[in-house]
Amino acid sequence: MTQGNEFGLYLALIPLLPLAGAVLNGLFGRYTSARVSGLFASAAIGASFVLALLLFFRLGELPPEARSISVSYVDWIRAGGLQLDWQLLLDPLSMVYALFVSGVATLIHVYSIGYMAKEPCFARYFAYLNLFCFSMLILVLGGNYLVMFLGWEGVGLCSYLLIGFWFGDREKASAGKKAFIVNRIGDFGFLLALFLLFSQLGTLDYGGVFSEIGGYPQGHWLPTAAALLLFLGAVGKSAQIPLYVWLPDAMAGPTPVSALIHAATMVTAGIYMIGRSHAIYTLAPEALLVVAVVGALTALFAATIGLAQNDIKKVLAYSTVSQLGYMFLGMGVGAYTAGLFHVLTHAFFKALLFLGAGAVIHALHHVYHEVGEHHRDAQDMRNMGGLRRRLPVTYWTFLAATLAIAGFPPFAGFFSKDEILWQAFNTGHWPLWLMGLLAAGLTSFYMFRLLFMTFHGTYRGREGEERHFRENPPSILLPLVLLAVLSMVAGFWGLPHFLDFAHLGNRFDDYLAPVFHAGTDLHFQQELVTHGSAALEWLLALLAVGVAVAGLLAARRMYLADPALPGRLAQRHPKLYDRLLNKWYVDELYERVVVKPVRALCDFFWHHVDELVIDGLVNGLARACKEGGNLVRRLQSGRLPQYLAAMALGLTAILGWIFYL
Amino acid sequence: MPGVNHYLLLALLLFGIGVAGVLVRRNMLVVLMSIELMLNAVNLLLVSFSHFNGNLAGQAFAFFSMTVAAAEVAVGLSIVVLIYRWLGATDIDGLRLFRH
Repeated sequence: MTQGNEFGLYLALIPLLPLAGAVLNGLFGRYTSARVSGLFASAAIGASFVLALLLFFRLGELPPEARSISVSYVDWIRAGGLQLDWQLLLDPLSMVYALFVSGVATLIHVYSIGYMAKEPCFARYFAYLNLFCFSMLILVLGGNYLVMFLGWEGVGLCSYLLIGFWFGDREKASAGKKAFIVNRIGDFGFLLALFLLFSQLGTLDYGGVFSEIGGYPQGHWLPTAAALLLFLGAVGKSAQIPLYVWLPDAMAGPTPVSALIHAATMVTAGIYMIGRSHAIYTLAPEALLVVAVVGALTALFAATIGLAQNDIKKVLAYSTVSQLGYMFLGMGVGAYTAGLFHVLTHAFFKALLFLGAGAVIHALHHVYHEVGEHHRDAQDMRNMGGLRRRLPVTYWTFLAATLAIAGFPPFAGFFSKDEILWQAFNTGHWPLWLMGLLAAGLTSFYMFRLLFMTFHGTYRGREGEERHFRENPPSILLPLVLLAVLSMVAGFWGLPHFLDFAHLGNRFDDYLAPVFHAGTDLHFQQELVTHGSAALEWLLALLAVGVAVAGLLAARRMYLADPALPGRLAQRHPKLYDRLLNKWYVDELYERVVVKPVRALCDFFWHHVDELVIDGLVNGLARACKEGGNLVRRLQSGRLPQYLAAMALGLTAILGWIFYL
Repeated sequence: MPGVNHYLLLALLLFGIGVAGVLVRRNMLVVLMSIELMLNAVNLLLVSFSHFNGNLAGQAFAFFSMTVAAAEVAVGLSIVVLIYRWLGATDIDGLRLFRH
């Protein structure tokens, strides 16, 4: 790694600008108007994005093997063998993340100005949002595991704060707590991994860890254990089985927050961490297999739940869980760049989907406000329909995102998802490939179901409400349009080679090559790229598109052509429908298996250990003092002769002791 | 001819009677008198040691002691008078102010 002082200042400013925005908005935001604090926060993160862009071009000028710039700013910890600095690392991997995090975040900040306009705690919202950006950028730009962990915890905190943003509502506040607690379980694994790495290797610096661990043979217990513990952290943060349950509940937060934190950026931190630690994972094939299996299972499982949800944001939440599963599947089969490419494209189209859903909710809120019914649920798709004509811009951008996530070429999702499925098949994990393919069909189905229920058909609200609909303000529409463009074109950055007629090469793969192709895993990667024939790849891609089309047609038949069909199907298979609707009763299962025993254990500690033993000790000590005082008090009679007698006796005793002993 | 031991024995007796009087009697005046008795037992010791050792310093010291005792008795008696005025009795058990 080279020391790049010329990069140092800009690199540090990227996370520090949002931090400054958060501090200023948090301290003084209440004295300014909503518009000023919103614009200020957007400017802070926008400046970060501009700096990131600048660094992107500067980094591109360097030769590929020199594109890894590690800058140490100040000493952080110097204790015995532990030496850690405030250290940032700029390489193609962190560059990609910093770019899309700051870019998408800027758009969502702008969107929030319009979306949260009527919110009284405007400045608090933007302070949290900026603080989140700071943490996320620290996470991806951190130069050692501890700095990454700092960001990791920071995004968890901001996620908690923003899910429970409307903490007056008890349900929303507890959704925030749930997210935080479930994330803690994962963080525990992450922390254990750090302890393990430090105790065995004596360093937490990326360069140090990766070069040290390179000395271990493949399949050794140390890389395997470290990889599995790190993966536990990723499972928590990136909402995989079995810790995915917090993400659907996290939809209690404001919709832009769902778009930024719970779709585009924070939840992909787990994939980033695996990508960053690929030197460890490559040495642990068993751990990689676990990652792949968990990813594929999650992709399929979450997709089935998404089929029957009626809350527009819940569908998108399960879709996010499912898409994250794809990314882990990609990482798990060793196709790191494919997984990361899906992170990038998913950030665009999933942020767009959430923002589009937010635009619909915002418009419905406006309608309900106009007709004087403030408490109607504006997220239930059963009350929507036919919004295509009322919200045209929202509709077209939403359609672009739907086509992207469903995997229709040439939208971004097709390239990234297809690359993952192809690599899964190519590396011989065909059962996982099959699960992914099935999940792709389900994805297409539930996304078009959402699209048809929301935008097509006829409006299912009350009579006469329709005329109150108004397309959203420009601050909401502008981010939608920009993200729609990105969802359409981003896929071409990572063109698969069977479609590469002009021989441009997979630019995304090439860009990340210095990160992944250096050192130990070189032969692993070569194996991925060279094997497999173009004909097979064509076949698989056509199959994937076929499955997506099948999903589209099924959704069209069930929700446009014959709207009574879903009801009939539900009647014919009541058990299956009930399970899908109630998310396979996983929350109830956890309630019984985890929450209740923990609560019983807590009750035991409360009533028996705390109240009896600890309180008993403390109170017992106090009582002993009191009783002892009562006993000794009798001596203080105030009678002079008694005192004198005691004095005489004492004196005699002392004298006797002096003279005769 | 009595020797130094006889005087010592007498002083011991006087002191013992004084201690017993202080501890046992209730009347403050008697207590005060008992204290005088203890003091004079010591004076007696001073004088007798002075005589038998042929050193006059002890006898001079006894005079000082008697003078100081006279002053002390004056203070002590005036306190007793004040207590009597306040309590209407000279019973030492009436004084339990140390308790507070």
